Amino acid sequence: MERLRHYTGVLPATFMIVVFMLAPLTIIFVYSFLTPGDYGGVKFEFSTEAYTQLLFQKNLFDEVEFDTSYLTIAFRSIWVATVAVVGSLALGFPAAYYIAQQPESRRNTLLLLITIPFWTNLLIRTYCWILVLRDTGLINNLLIGLGVTDEPIKMLYTEGAIALGLVYTYVPFMVLPIYAALERLDKRLIEASRDLYANRWTTLRHVTLPLASPGIVAGSILVFIPALGAFIAPDLLGGGKKLMLGSLVQLQFSAARDWPFGSALTMVIMSAVLICLLLFAVNQRRNEGGFQH
Amino acid sequence: MSFNRKTLFGLASAGLGLTATIASADGELQLYNWTDYTSPELIEKFEEETGISVTLDTYDSGETLLAKLQSGAAGYDIAIPTHNFVPILISEGLIQPINASELDGYDRIVPNLASPWWDEGNVYSIPWHWGTTSFTVDTAVYSGNVDDYDVIFNPPEELAGQVAMFKSPDEVITMAQVALGLPFCSEDPNEMQQVLDLLMGQKPDVKTYNSDGILERLVSGDVSVHQNWNGYSLLARKEKPSLQYAFPEEGVVAWADSLVVPKGAPNYDNAITFIEFMLEPENIAIQSNSSGYANGITGSEAFMDEGLKDAAELSPPEGTPLKFIESCSPKAVELQNRVWTALLK
Repeated sequence: MERLRHYTGVLPATFMIVVFMLAPLTIIFVYSFLTPGDYGGVKFEFSTEAYTQLLFQKNLFDEVEFDTSYLTIAFRSIWVATVAVVGSLALGFPAAYYIAQQPESRRNTLLLLITIPFWTNLLIRTYCWILVLRDTGLINNLLIGLGVTDEPIKMLYTEGAIALGLVYTYVPFMVLPIYAALERLDKRLIEASRDLYANRWTTLRHVTLPLASPGIVAGSILVFIPALGAFIAPDLLGGGKKLMLGSLVQLQFSAARDWPFGSALTMVIMSAVLICLLLFAVNQRRNEGGFQH
Repeated sequence: MSFNRKTLFGLASAGLGLTATIASADGELQLYNWTDYTSPELIEKFEEETGISVTLDTYDSGETLLAKLQSGAAGYDIAIPTHNFVPILISEGLIQPINASELDGYDRIVPNLASPWWDEGNVYSIPWHWGTTSFTVDTAVYSGNVDDYDVIFNPPEELAGQVAMFKSPDEVITMAQVALGLPFCSEDPNEMQQVLDLLMGQKPDVKTYNSDGILERLVSGDVSVHQNWNGYSLLARKEKPSLQYAFPEEGVVAWADSLVVPKGAPNYDNAITFIEFMLEPENIAIQSNSSGYANGITGSEAFMDEGLKDAAELSPPEGTPLKFIESCSPKAVELQNRVWTALLK
């Protein structure tokens, strides 16, 4: 009886995992080993070409050669995601720190303000940045009006614009976990540090930061993963002149009509992210172990 | 401001959907069309006359439509593919016969769009709009001759770095093929290499590859040359008179969009009602007035706005070839795909 109750208890969770995770993943996995259909879809013939295609590609003349196109695209995406993490951290940590310092009633208001941008569709918010950044946009009109510059400064369709767009989109994901870590922080530890004549900077470095690190790690992961697959900001703010992993996958399921390759790309990206997360987790556990001794 | 227009469009269609569900005594119609390509006024009239409530969903490329129908996510009663996709949809078994020749008003289809090569006998489709793809130039920025592919592929100094192209491999590549005098759907690597060279040479002058927000970019002056469809160019000119649509002598890419009924359409009878409704000159004219494109129904001119009938965008100069795009083989698509990846890697 006890056992039966136990099993019915885990049913919803099992259902979630099987229907929303395992089943789609299996489909992607199987598709990645099939042959592309003529007009999209797949033919049920086994092939590993989707995977070899990642590094070895046919050129226009059907000669197979080592090709770094996809590696270049992957590294570009990783680079952009890293910039997004660093930028969000630089903005998000001080913001979270400030909020955590406020009296409790005020904290909730500030947290609410952090989440307000989510009430508006991401596409619309990104479009607004176009209006702000473009040659005939708010900033350039203002600068030209004030006589600071004659020619508009090129801001839209640059890599800087992509970074700005990503930081803007994902910074709340950085603020919230860091805030959660800082809020739990035992204030007496900071007082103890000050009592021992540590100045603000030393306290921050040796007490606050290490205690906030779980929040920082969680925030970084939450920013890095979606930023890796982002394509709205690169397309709209970067001008779509260089492919990102997200747009590359999307392209395979539309114009390129190569579903197996799209699936293979997805599998590789997912495995890479998973390996990084595992390394993080192992590292984290080892650190915690060290702390207790 | 096209952005505002788009938002309003969205709100308007959302609003339509809402009022429609309240009044849905006589069933529903799921319409799947290109973005910004359905007149809200038209839908309102259809709902009033038939009592059928319409829900609109949109897509931004023929490939998206194909992938969506292929995934089996049907539920659509009407879709509006470009003509070169019609043979693919037929051979893949994704649309069903409507036997248009037996419908009321079939004889109103203009002769050159009746029983076309992509659907002989109009078994599966009737025409919606037809138009051309070329590019729009701001003559306030560049006063030279715009009817020349060099203006967009090898821009003069005034236009350097001011170019925008569509974000769709087939539309970018077909225009390059017309400019180079090459055939569509080429399976010849040497020809595709020429296409790639032309596009690579153009890339430093391209600000963005994007098929959305064309009007906005042109009207605001964000770019001064934009690959464009003729109807959209007309709408842009209404907001900024210095914009001119180009008809280079090599010819322009041409296309015709068709109304089809996907297989498994839940409301087949309502779809047929909608198709017969669209064969009425008065109704298709409402749609033309809204989108700025010509249609294939005789007698619709009488209901079309002044300024649309004789618009320069809708009347290619005598002798400019109209190059109707074709359905490409998988091999040709693969080559196009390699060109696109090489261009944007």
